[in-house]
Amino acid sequence: MQIVRLALASLFNRRFTAGLTILSVALSVMLFVGVEKVRQGARDSFERTISGTDLIVGARSSAINLVLYSVFRIGDATNNITWDSYQRVAERDDVAWTVPLSLGDSHRGFRVVGTTTEFFERYQYAGDQTLAFADGVVFSDLFDAVIGADVARELGYSVDDPIIVSHGLGDVSFTEHDDKPFRISGVLAQTGTPVDRSVHVSLEAIEAIHLGWQSGVQTPMSRMITPDQARQLNLRPNEITAFLVGMKSRVRTLQAQRDINTYRGEPLQAVIPGVALSQLWQVVGVAERALIAVSLFVVIAGLVSVLISILTSLNERRREMAILRSVGAGPRDVFWLLVSEAVLLAVLGSLLGLGLLYAGLGVAAPWINERYGVALTGLGPGLFDLYMVLGVAGAAFLLGAFPAWRAFRQSLADGLSIKL
Amino acid sequence: MRGPSGSGKSTLLGLIAGVLTPDEGEVRVLGETLSGMSGARRDAIRAAHIGVIFQLFNLLPYLSLIENVALPCRFSSMRRERALAASGSIEDEARRLLARLGLDGSDILKKPVRELSVGQQQRVAAARALIGGPELIIADEPTSALDDNMRDRFIALLAEEAEARGSTLLFVSHDAALAKRFTRQIDLAEINRVQLPELM
Repeated sequence: MQIVRLALASLFNRRFTAGLTILSVALSVMLFVGVEKVRQGARDSFERTISGTDLIVGARSSAINLVLYSVFRIGDATNNITWDSYQRVAERDDVAWTVPLSLGDSHRGFRVVGTTTEFFERYQYAGDQTLAFADGVVFSDLFDAVIGADVARELGYSVDDPIIVSHGLGDVSFTEHDDKPFRISGVLAQTGTPVDRSVHVSLEAIEAIHLGWQSGVQTPMSRMITPDQARQLNLRPNEITAFLVGMKSRVRTLQAQRDINTYRGEPLQAVIPGVALSQLWQVVGVAERALIAVSLFVVIAGLVSVLISILTSLNERRREMAILRSVGAGPRDVFWLLVSEAVLLAVLGSLLGLGLLYAGLGVAAPWINERYGVALTGLGPGLFDLYMVLGVAGAAFLLGAFPAWRAFRQSLADGLSIKL
Repeated sequence: MRGPSGSGKSTLLGLIAGVLTPDEGEVRVLGETLSGMSGARRDAIRAAHIGVIFQLFNLLPYLSLIENVALPCRFSSMRRERALAASGSIEDEARRLLARLGLDGSDILKKPVRELSVGQQQRVAAARALIGGPELIIADEPTSALDDNMRDRFIALLAEEAEARGSTLLFVSHDAALAKRFTRQIDLAEINRVQLPELM
């Protein structure tokens, strides 16, 4: 205890350089724990993207691809599926509800999703949260659209604004469905899911804007049909891209999945969202692990700065060691003095780093949640932080033993004589 | 103890203080045979029974003046108890010794030690060597950085305090004029029988 108090006094005496060392440990710990917190938050948000849906059904490809285009709106469907197949599944006795999705068009980089009004009731995220309207209502007219929160904010749209859908998925499209403009009927509240970046219209509207198109190419016919004429037509789609399924009983999910996967009418694939999401996260996880590895190395660099600061001070502190020896300190006391200095620097640094991190998170968390939908709530100090402090202290102990051993040897050789 | 530099003074002092061990022969201090003892035991004996004053830079810059004086009490319970018996608290004993050596007044006691003059620093070191009444005080040329006037006063104060507590004062100097102040003197060059290997 005496030795630790001496170490504290000695560090306080060198508070400027010791402060810099503490700061370098603090920054590295802050980075490491911060990366870990954000990673957890991102992972939680990721896994909370879709819930309440038991199966996602699309054309046969890979489970990851199906989840990517149907939920995350990334990439393209390999194929569409027929309305008949969709009806077959929808009419099963054990199916409670289905929500069809028709993809393939976009608006200034945001995906357009053709669906039914049921989508807004059935789609759930983050456990059991349902979609809410920040403004306006669900689409009722054929050319109504409901936009996500990011679309509204980034493009500055509000209810009743006109919106023109482009054919295809490019950011800049050369074929616009400008003969049939839409009107925004509603804006959804922020969810932190890909819904925020989607434009939702009815399935019939997708059919309507493609009237007179053949094989994805516009023919002169298309412009001859006015929006009002389109409203009179029967616009039941022949094809959709995918659909969400809710089962009456969870128990039936696996059976239904098997039936859909072996459906003879056309190659279909049904995936369980949770399973596909965790598969997908394993892919994303490589980047995540790289990030953790990099920040771990930063922590090691911080600890090495502790080592350097003690090693460089050793020579100028030979006199201090000789004085301590003269009043009765043993070489062991000298050893523990330096080890406890290293541990003190590391512990003070870790605590400062955690303090800075939580202060920063406290300020930034509401903004990050609002802006990116990554919920950093529930990321308060936890066991992980305790392990972090203990781990850094333990590493400092081991690293500090090296200069301490040198000082131990030095003080044995120097005795009471002090070299100037 | 007199002797030109290189005559082995530092080595002898290291042997007496128990921080060095002889290659052969025996070292006995205050009736204890140091050679053959464990290092920790020698450290304990030094802490309890020996006070050391260096030539220069005696003080730890990160401790206050009082804490510097009290330092040996952190390493020896015997000296702590003797200091407590003398003044009731270690700080009071440190203050009393400093006052005896001419360092009193709260303004000087509050100064960081690096702001003290050399003479003041040496007196703080003397107080540290004296606290808890160790039986042996080793002073390794403690006055070589002081002017004559200061030197005489320092030696007088040190000798007086050592005598008051019955401590032996082992004083190292190359200044022959100081010899008359001590009861016994040794010229190290005369007694050093270590055969140095021929260098040429």
